Amino acid sequence: MITKAFFSRFDRLAFWFVIVMIAIAIFVPLSNLLLPTTSVFHVPTYLVALMGKYLCYAILAISLDLVWGYCGILSLGHGAFFALGGYAMGMYLMRQIGTRGVYSHPILPDFMVFLNWKELPWFWHGFDMFWFTAVMILLVPGLLAFTFGWFAFRSRVTGVYLSIITQAMTYALLLAFFRNDMGFGGNNGLTDFKEILGFNIQAQGTRAALFFLTALSLIIVFVISRWMVSTAYGKVLIAVRDAESRTRFLGYRVEHFKLLVFTVSAAMAGLAGALYVPQVGIINPSEFSPANSIEAVIWVAVGGRGTLVGAAIGAVAVNFLKSVFTTGALAPYWLFALGGLFVVVTLLLPRGILGAFNDLLAKIRNRKNESSGVSGKLQAAE
Amino acid sequence: MWPFLNVQGKMRHFAFMLITLVTICIGLPVGAAAADISKQVSRFAEDSFSETRLAIEEITISGADHAADILDALGSSRVFVDPATKLVYYKSADGKTFLAATGTPATTPDKLDSVRINNRIRGDVLAAVGSLTLRASDPIRRISAAESIFKTRDEGSLEALEGAMKVEKDAKVATKFAEARAAILLARESSSRQDRIAAIETLAARRDPAAAAVLRGVHASADSEIKMMANTAILRIEERQQLIGYVQNVWYGLSLGSVLLLAAIGLAITFGVMGVINMAHGEMVMIGAYTTFVVQEVFRAYAPAYLGWSLPIALPMAFIVTGLVGIAIERGVIRFLYGRPLETLLATWGVSLILQQAVRTIFGPTNREVTAPGYMSGAFDLMGLSITWGRMWIIFFTLALFATLLIALKATPLGLQMRAVTQNRRMASSMGIRTPFVDAMTFGFGSGLAGLAGVALSQIDNVSPNLGQTYIIDSFMVVVFGGVGNLWGTLVSAFALGVANKFLEPVAGAVLAKIFILVLLILFIQKRPRGLFALKGRAVEA
Repeated sequence: MITKAFFSRFDRLAFWFVIVMIAIAIFVPLSNLLLPTTSVFHVPTYLVALMGKYLCYAILAISLDLVWGYCGILSLGHGAFFALGGYAMGMYLMRQIGTRGVYSHPILPDFMVFLNWKELPWFWHGFDMFWFTAVMILLVPGLLAFTFGWFAFRSRVTGVYLSIITQAMTYALLLAFFRNDMGFGGNNGLTDFKEILGFNIQAQGTRAALFFLTALSLIIVFVISRWMVSTAYGKVLIAVRDAESRTRFLGYRVEHFKLLVFTVSAAMAGLAGALYVPQVGIINPSEFSPANSIEAVIWVAVGGRGTLVGAAIGAVAVNFLKSVFTTGALAPYWLFALGGLFVVVTLLLPRGILGAFNDLLAKIRNRKNESSGVSGKLQAAE
Repeated sequence: MWPFLNVQGKMRHFAFMLITLVTICIGLPVGAAAADISKQVSRFAEDSFSETRLAIEEITISGADHAADILDALGSSRVFVDPATKLVYYKSADGKTFLAATGTPATTPDKLDSVRINNRIRGDVLAAVGSLTLRASDPIRRISAAESIFKTRDEGSLEALEGAMKVEKDAKVATKFAEARAAILLARESSSRQDRIAAIETLAARRDPAAAAVLRGVHASADSEIKMMANTAILRIEERQQLIGYVQNVWYGLSLGSVLLLAAIGLAITFGVMGVINMAHGEMVMIGAYTTFVVQEVFRAYAPAYLGWSLPIALPMAFIVTGLVGIAIERGVIRFLYGRPLETLLATWGVSLILQQAVRTIFGPTNREVTAPGYMSGAFDLMGLSITWGRMWIIFFTLALFATLLIALKATPLGLQMRAVTQNRRMASSMGIRTPFVDAMTFGFGSGLAGLAGVALSQIDNVSPNLGQTYIIDSFMVVVFGGVGNLWGTLVSAFALGVANKFLEPVAGAVLAKIFILVLLILFIQKRPRGLFALKGRAVEA
């Protein structure tokens, strides 16, 4: 019932979200490239990169909200899917370096020459082609999620148990990618990228284009997610979230519904990671750390789970806060703030900023109309 | 280089034999009392190589307690002559000055000339020190001398060794001498058949890899039967080594298992019994470890003489501190979230971040050192197995903690109430149990156990704000693998995971072994989502 209320309310919100995102996608790169640096509306390049990073996080948050908010799967493995997508992109960018590396080896990346490897490991083949990389970015996290979900959902591992094993998966990947023998650059990860699709990765124009692409991807991901949850399929997902056993007894193959949404969501997270890497310039195993995955969950919780828009807003808001905190004298207090955010949001704002805002709106309208229609019920449901 | 050294070696052997013969003839008691050897050392002041060599021989024969020290100092050019008084001094390796005549500490004179040495003298010194240490009054030094001969199998040491064997009284040292002699006899060409057979028997009795290495070095001139005997002995030693290897692995596994159990034991209460997903559990362990550190520092500041007591005192302190923190968390956060496990997970993760940062702010981000008291450090040898005291005590401590937990749950009123509340909250409430109080106490008890674990882990791990983070995933895996709500399951799962990990490690390497275990666990949970020993019946629903 809450969800129904959400739906009617958020259709308009979704529309405005897309409009605002399109505006940002067009305005920010253009102002960066065309306006003179003295202009008030000029967006400096560092800010473009920073905002691009936030948007990548927003994609990750939306993908997580899709599984957590709509299907009740609290995945602590989305940071891993994000990092896998990032590594796929990183491998492409490494192959693009070519002879410009420190050891100027035509094929092998620097760290392999350093480790005295003679030839490219099999899984590095094909990453010199962009189309192959693009497929892999979606395929690798998707496939991992599919396999993982296939086993987990079939054996009805749910709730906290699922969270714990997704976390274990992330942790195992973290340990694996730290190993030099794995062939992913070990501790240092992949870095020193030169160009992407022939464009200099440091150039202002490339950065603006990457920002535009990220914003565009965010819109596409949002629209797909939005469409997924508004179809009949989406209704079943919500049913699974709210009463899994009952849905199963009604004859739905719950595991299939879960598996699809989990896989799609993982591919989205992979896409976010792939967009993140060229803008940040490095990918290393610390991206796999379980803390990152949990942090992504809090973005969703802050924004409001089960709203998609809220997830994106939460991701941007929390990361903006993080930037503010960690760059100044407040740095030692960031973890206090983040920890406090976890506690406060779960205790006081169970439906996040958007939910709270919505309640406020409903209260005002209630007072205005003196009627106790939908919003009255909403309050009762609380 | 080599031929030259060989010549040097022969000369050394000659000097050795001479010294040994003279020593035996005179029949000096082994390790004679401190004597004034001013006459002998005065030869150093002559500043001639031949006089110095004579001095070495005479000092060796004198049997003075500090004779080896002087010769050792001479070998590394730490013997000096005061040109004014012609008195001879030597310095120990750490720079203290002693009077060579009596070996008593002395003040360093203003001007000192070093006694010059050459390669020949160095050779003499080596040989002399060897024979001196074979007759040192301290049995440990005699043993180490025998061991070094055992390793080098230097034929030239044989005479000195046999001489020393004749006067040796200590049975343990005598065995070492016999083994060293056997090693030489086996390796040299001129040994008789009987000698070789006896040597193989002596070495086979030693049963360690070093003996196998010596047996492998049986001289090529030995006949096939002897070589066969040596091979059989080697094979027997290797079989034994393999067995010891297994036992060692099991031991390491139990040791790791006890660490896992320690980390998980509090969680077995908070997660296993109460069903609270407490991500701040690791931080309780960390706070326990920091409590140990604080208690130790307090002892160091106010009662340094009783520093050894800091660990036993830290145990109740850690239990109280972490128990109180746990109760505060339960009252402040968790009680609002019962029945919402995913939210609990997030909120407690937030709490864990706050606790970590708080500790980092108070104690700094670097590792804090908790020193191990005497009874926790060192190792002992059990039938070829090297066992460290610290690890052994931790295993015992873990088992004791587990027993305490079992008793607390099964045989105390609070334990009864805990179980009642977790099985059927409303029914328990109707029976007059104050469920909120029991919740707080249970959570405090679980946190206190985690704190106790922290005291133990402070002995083997770095005490840093990140201490808890390293254990949180492992401890959840242990509880889930064992079966949530089943204490015995937790015990079995901790030790099973520990042993499995240690058996995989030599094959796959430490990191890969851990990854492998994690993957296996993930697969296992698919097969049996409720763990190794799942609770059956109604308890599952609770």
